[in-house]
Amino acid sequence: MNAQSQITRAPEAGYNFAYLDEQTKRMIRRGLLKAVAIPGYQVPFGGREMPLPYGWGTGGMQLTAAILGAEDVLKVIDQGADDTTNAVSIRRFFARTAGVRTTTRTPEATVIQTRHRIPETPLNGDQIMVYQVPIPEPLRFIEPSETETRTMHALEDYGVMHVKLYEDIATFGHIATSYAYPVTVDERYVMDPSPIPKFDNPKLHMSPALMLFGAGREKRLYAVPPFTRVVSLDFEDHPFEIQRWDECCAFCGSQDSYLDELIVDDAGTKRFVCSDTDYCMQRQDLEEEGEQ
Amino acid sequence: MSAAEQLHPHNDTTQPLFSVRDLTRLYGPEKGCQGVSFDLYPGEVLGIVGESGSGKSTLLSLLSGRCPPDRGTVSYRDTAGRWVDLYSASEAQRRTLLRTEWGFVEQNPRDGLRMGVSAGANIGERLMAQGVRHYGELRAAGIDWLQQVEIDPLRIDDLPRTFSGGMQQRLQIARNLVSSPRLIFMDEPTGGLDVSVQARLLDLLRGLVRELDLAVVIVTHDLAVARLLADRLMVMRRSHVVEAGLTDQILDDPQHPYSQLLVSSVLQP
Repeated sequence: MNAQSQITRAPEAGYNFAYLDEQTKRMIRRGLLKAVAIPGYQVPFGGREMPLPYGWGTGGMQLTAAILGAEDVLKVIDQGADDTTNAVSIRRFFARTAGVRTTTRTPEATVIQTRHRIPETPLNGDQIMVYQVPIPEPLRFIEPSETETRTMHALEDYGVMHVKLYEDIATFGHIATSYAYPVTVDERYVMDPSPIPKFDNPKLHMSPALMLFGAGREKRLYAVPPFTRVVSLDFEDHPFEIQRWDECCAFCGSQDSYLDELIVDDAGTKRFVCSDTDYCMQRQDLEEEGEQ
Repeated sequence: MSAAEQLHPHNDTTQPLFSVRDLTRLYGPEKGCQGVSFDLYPGEVLGIVGESGSGKSTLLSLLSGRCPPDRGTVSYRDTAGRWVDLYSASEAQRRTLLRTEWGFVEQNPRDGLRMGVSAGANIGERLMAQGVRHYGELRAAGIDWLQQVEIDPLRIDDLPRTFSGGMQQRLQIARNLVSSPRLIFMDEPTGGLDVSVQARLLDLLRGLVRELDLAVVIVTHDLAVARLLADRLMVMRRSHVVEAGLTDQILDDPQHPYSQLLVSSVLQP
């Protein structure tokens, strides 16, 4: 994989800029404004058919299409990596329909669409994160009725959220929820931060970058504006903790990034590597420079 | 003389906890319930009996804030001594009442329990909703209440669906009582249980009601349950309360022809 910054090409003829029509983009932007005004609140929107199936990131793509400008530089992450199928095809989709520049390098990107990870490289105030969300409703697992969950949000009736955490401790001895770990946004709404590992939850807190969440199948979007308090739910005697590894990354030696476990041979030998490929590459490049 | 006056021929020295005036909700002529008024005092058990379709369950839904009435008021005196009008209070207030000072025991425990989470989580839910954020305390409350309702505390981490019907019903009672409510609504709590399990459950309920000084509104079609638990009875028929008074009085000397029929139709073993 090379850290390419693709040269701008003319968008393909026959498509509106970034695929979606302008009316739809306007509708989504109105929804986004509302979402930013009420941090963590789920705004319904009229989701459109996208040329790929639900569950492949249609929600995130619609938000990206609505906020993308000709000058933007797009980065797409799937499972932390820039070179997985979904990341490659979404990046190419916007390169072809909008003619925007794409990148794999976090600091260069202005819009970052992601499924599972927040980049390890700290974000800045000029960047927007777009999350692809499968199930936007954090209360869904315990309350199947949409009417009821909306009432619960309206009345701040969040006692049941701790029921799940209680179950975790009762079953496993610790809070075993490791991804989509519920958070309270700005001391009001409980929000599902989409399937990011809880390792990334602290990065949401007071982040300088704008965070937008889009669920295509459920047709909901929500947002965490810059510098918003985001607190993970926990118990007094079982405080929130992020994952830790005894190993370091086999490629770059990082000790504080989120690691993927790889089985490398039939004997079950394990190696751990950074899930954020761009971060890992940056560190390897730095090391090489240091050696020269 | 109205039903309410019959219920309270003499003024009690203490204040009522719960007061209902002219409560009406009709789905059709004589379908539902109408013109129901009564006062309930702390620690008192009121039984509502009547045949199927007489409006017992409608009345219970109206009383417990689940369905707004066409007419009439339901007021409750909260722990601070203020009267709260149930249907003019905000939904947030109503919910807070329902999960703190009130309880509701459903006929079918599956409706009142969260079947997907363990017994301990079921018991702890009300406490968590009230803001208890200490796992150790929740755990202790769970074990304590399982013991109080005579379930083996070792089963605290088991799912309710692995429990027998009687145990589920007892778990549901524990789940309601954990927040030390003052008023409990029960809809046929012993329906669907076999006779010996019924007897144990009733025994347990009677003990808890006396011990915790609970006020209870219990709907049942089983006069034996009513006799065992209720201090007072209201007999309903075709949406009206046809007779109300002390349980023993009504069961031993029914005045209204329908009450007489009801009492005489009890099978004698």
